[in-house]
Amino acid sequence: MDDALLLLLTMVLPLLGAIVISRLGRWPNIRELAGVLVAVALFAVVLNLYIDFRLGMTASIVLAEPFDGLPLAFSLNTLGLLFALVASGLWIVTTIYAIGYMRAHHEGHQTRFFAFFAVSIAAVMAISFSDNLFTLFVFYELLTLATYPLVTHSGTPEARRSGRIYLTVLMGSSIGLFLFGLLIVWSLTGSLTFTPEGILKGHIDDVWVAPLYLLFVFGIGKAAVMPMHKWLPAAMVAPTPVSALLHAVAVVKAGVFTLLKVTLFIFGPGLLSDSGAVQWLIWLPVFTILMASLIAMTRDNLKERLAYSTISQLSYIVLGTLLANEAGLFGASLHIVMHAFAKIALFFAAGAILVAAHKTRVSELDGLGVAMPITFGVFMIGALSIIGLPPFGGMWSKWYLAQGTLDFAGPPLAQYVLLGTLMVSSLLNIAYLLEIPFRGFFKKAPADDGHHGGEAPLPCLVGLVLPAAFCVYLFFSPEPFFDLLQAGASSVEVP
Amino acid sequence: MTSTLFTDHLAAWLVILPLLCAPVMVLLNRSKLVWLLNLVVSASCLIIALHILWDVSTGTVIHYAMGGWTPPWGIEYRIDGLNALVAVIVSAMATACAVYARKSVEQEISVHVHGLFYAAFQLCFLGLLGIALTGDIFNLFVFLEISSLASYALIAMGRNRKALNSAFHYLILGTLGATFFLIGVGLAFAATGTLNMADMALSLQDAANTPLLLTAFALIVVGVALKAAIYPLHLWLPGAYAYAPSVVSVFLAATATKVAIYVLIRCLFSVFEPDYMLDTFLPDILVVLGGVAILYGSLRAIYQEGMKKMLAYSSVAQIGYMVMGIGFLSAAGLTASLLHMFNHALMKGAMFMAVGLFVYRVNTATFDNLKGMGREMPYTFFAMVLAALSLVGVPGTVGFVSKWQLLQAALENRHWGMVMIILLGSLMAAIYVWKLIEVLYFQQPEKLRVQGVSSGSERIGRSPAGMVIALWVMALGCVYFGLDTDLSLHSAQYAVTELLQGRGN
Amino acid sequence: MTDYILGHINYWIIVLLMMIGLYTMMSMPNLVKKMAGMSVFQTGVILLYISLGKVEGGTAPIIDDGYVLYANPLPQVLMLTAIVVGVATTALGFALIVRIKEAYGTLEEDEIAAMDDSE
Repeated sequence: MDDALLLLLTMVLPLLGAIVISRLGRWPNIRELAGVLVAVALFAVVLNLYIDFRLGMTASIVLAEPFDGLPLAFSLNTLGLLFALVASGLWIVTTIYAIGYMRAHHEGHQTRFFAFFAVSIAAVMAISFSDNLFTLFVFYELLTLATYPLVTHSGTPEARRSGRIYLTVLMGSSIGLFLFGLLIVWSLTGSLTFTPEGILKGHIDDVWVAPLYLLFVFGIGKAAVMPMHKWLPAAMVAPTPVSALLHAVAVVKAGVFTLLKVTLFIFGPGLLSDSGAVQWLIWLPVFTILMASLIAMTRDNLKERLAYSTISQLSYIVLGTLLANEAGLFGASLHIVMHAFAKIALFFAAGAILVAAHKTRVSELDGLGVAMPITFGVFMIGALSIIGLPPFGGMWSKWYLAQGTLDFAGPPLAQYVLLGTLMVSSLLNIAYLLEIPFRGFFKKAPADDGHHGGEAPLPCLVGLVLPAAFCVYLFFSPEPFFDLLQAGASSVEVP
Repeated sequence: MTSTLFTDHLAAWLVILPLLCAPVMVLLNRSKLVWLLNLVVSASCLIIALHILWDVSTGTVIHYAMGGWTPPWGIEYRIDGLNALVAVIVSAMATACAVYARKSVEQEISVHVHGLFYAAFQLCFLGLLGIALTGDIFNLFVFLEISSLASYALIAMGRNRKALNSAFHYLILGTLGATFFLIGVGLAFAATGTLNMADMALSLQDAANTPLLLTAFALIVVGVALKAAIYPLHLWLPGAYAYAPSVVSVFLAATATKVAIYVLIRCLFSVFEPDYMLDTFLPDILVVLGGVAILYGSLRAIYQEGMKKMLAYSSVAQIGYMVMGIGFLSAAGLTASLLHMFNHALMKGAMFMAVGLFVYRVNTATFDNLKGMGREMPYTFFAMVLAALSLVGVPGTVGFVSKWQLLQAALENRHWGMVMIILLGSLMAAIYVWKLIEVLYFQQPEKLRVQGVSSGSERIGRSPAGMVIALWVMALGCVYFGLDTDLSLHSAQYAVTELLQGRGN
Repeated sequence: MTDYILGHINYWIIVLLMMIGLYTMMSMPNLVKKMAGMSVFQTGVILLYISLGKVEGGTAPIIDDGYVLYANPLPQVLMLTAIVVGVATTALGFALIVRIKEAYGTLEEDEIAAMDDSE
């Protein structure tokens, strides 16, 4: 099939899926089957694109051109494929998991839930393959809107309040800052197309690079760089599959993905490091990494703790981006993948605990590991991968990030501080993540605990185990992603 | 040659057709027949207007001498890209309203005045078309009054007694504005000895910049600003929009203020030279007023408790965007204003149509009574969401297109403050729109719905197809013209080029 | 100076009329008085136009032998239209007033506003 068509299919397929799902509300089983089928089909399409891309094919389509020189255009690209692969692959897992979770948890409005889920995925696909910043912005906004009904799913006053925070922060930052930055870039250069080495070079005075970049760092609220992080813990009121796929993978990664794109193809790493902007911008993610980890330690609500962990991990990627050297960017891109698998495993485990044992707080988990060994085992694997220990995939991205800090174009002191940050943060990870399996396995359950249930339903378990298995698998063979990124990296000049 | 002659008379038909049909409607006075006639007339006018737009888009300017009296003595219709664009907007909205009207009017207007209602509607429509087409400034005043008088009557037909008061209020302020305009025209006439706009523009080039002309200029601007509800002269607008019958709200919100904005543009750029503005502080005033209108309108909209009032204040804000675009005094700014005229007509029309449907079903449009209605009326609700997103300016909708253009214009002039205000306006729009969506979709309906309105009829179980179709056409238009801007953007650009270059022909 | 004032006496009166009308229209709480003010205001405008068309020594613009100087007929014709518009406006205004009286039982603006607010 024509690759341009395939590319279009990545967006159309989930949309069609959403329509089909919304019509099948009366037959939950068929609806769920349709959901899984669409997810598998989407993954197959993306995989097909990936194979074609490796064979050197290119594809691009223009959907519409609302303004002269600003088309809604899509094209195949390395980072996008990487992101699309992860998102579409994990969508299958999440769908399976969600079936078990939503039923066991007796959630209402399941049809709406699955339909909007599919719409969100369509937006994510569009974001991955955007050919210019304008297109990306369009679908970035649509993603916010499509996920809003998922966040407020339960419809309780608390969910609505969180939904309001979610929208306010994300829409506010994107309209107030991101769009503003985009306008400035457009008025400076007259182009928004992603171009290797960036388009801003020669159009902007060095002094203004950092302020403009700041507009993007804060404007892309989905990247959750402090103080734009408030929406993420708020979004945790959503059902767990949403938190897992969207707020640990798709939405937040869309944020850092956008930032990566802006850095690589709008600013260009060269411009960033030459102008000296990175010398102080880099401390923003550092601050976020440490602060978020510290806050995570104080949170007793499991999902909220994981949310702060996500915030901290996202800033790893921002940090890697701002290192603006080859190893850093490579590590950042790789971390999108590795963190995705690990974090989704953690969220699934949290969801399973909620469904099976109705526990949401860390302090209530004592002794639960005996009853739910698989769940806690998966949690352990996910946690170790995030900490960055072998034999788990998370090690690779941390490795490259660490190498990137040492190559950082700054004074040696800064290099060591950055490296130190990574190390300290890993220690903090251990403290707040490993506490959970530790409590589960080694602490005595309180005597009056009436819980005698076992594991979560089967679909949940399937969903749990798969990402955990991938965490291990990716340690031993990260090649697919390596190759993809290296193929991409060779096309990007990095100083 | 034949074809030119043909189109020339078409221009006249555009005004004559509704004028002839209005009395026929009164005589017929049979609800369905009158409605059908209304639809046919509006649709025919739309076709003619599109034909004219297509004609003038090749660069010709249609001159049509009414009654064969040669201008500048007789009344001339002079139609260029801008006139045609406005005529298309007005007639398209009238057609959409005509489709929408039947059930809504049946419910809201007592049956024995249906003929009168539609007649008034046609007169209002005719007046707006006349304003858009005429090249004679006194004739413009007459059409302005025709449309205004008809709209006072239309608004007063609202079921709530506040409609009467609002209509009266509007009548006083509208007459005031029109009379100011008339005085201004008189003074300009005294200075130039002509009423033909093109002719007047020529004479004004030679005329010295006397205090007389400046006074005329100021009076005309203030008069039109009152009609266009430019902040702080917007006081009549919220009441008038909120208490009018649904169809009237749709039509007026989508067209009336737009046409007034057109008059403003015409007077500022065609009749008086832009130099007149440069001598005064007018451009700056317009920009600042536009900015204040955006903030004030959005802020008031956030605190409204009824859907119609909220949309009305949102209109005040949206007019601010248009005024700001004019104030930038650049091609980009004007393009943005014209584009927003078209786009805002689409989205505000769709919003008011949705309100009309809610009113049809539950008899009131206050938030208390609308809780959870979105779930009961999903088709209406989702169409409304599309329009609402346009209002915010979410990319992929018309609202984004015009805001983007306006931002470009602001950046071109390095109006950083205005850029901020425009973005802030979008955020505030997001707040009030989301408040609305929350009420409609996420809040639980109260068990007992209190019927706030006099008629007290039962809730109606189904939404009429005509209303829903019209709503969806408008809502899809919001998305379609947000992606494919060929028609809207390019007509606007074309109109602006003609406006800035084609002076004096 | 005196010449200036006396020479334009008609305009001064017109301005005075307009101001009286405008003030009445804006400040009177009674709706009927508002309408009266509006009529006065509009009459002022009509007089303004007629004054503009006045030509010193000119006669009514009917072509006839023996007259060469006519007043400008155009403003007069325009004012015929304006009078029609004014009559229509006044009629509509009074129709509204009748309805308001029926609905509210009063014609005082502040009382009507108070009733509206209390709803």
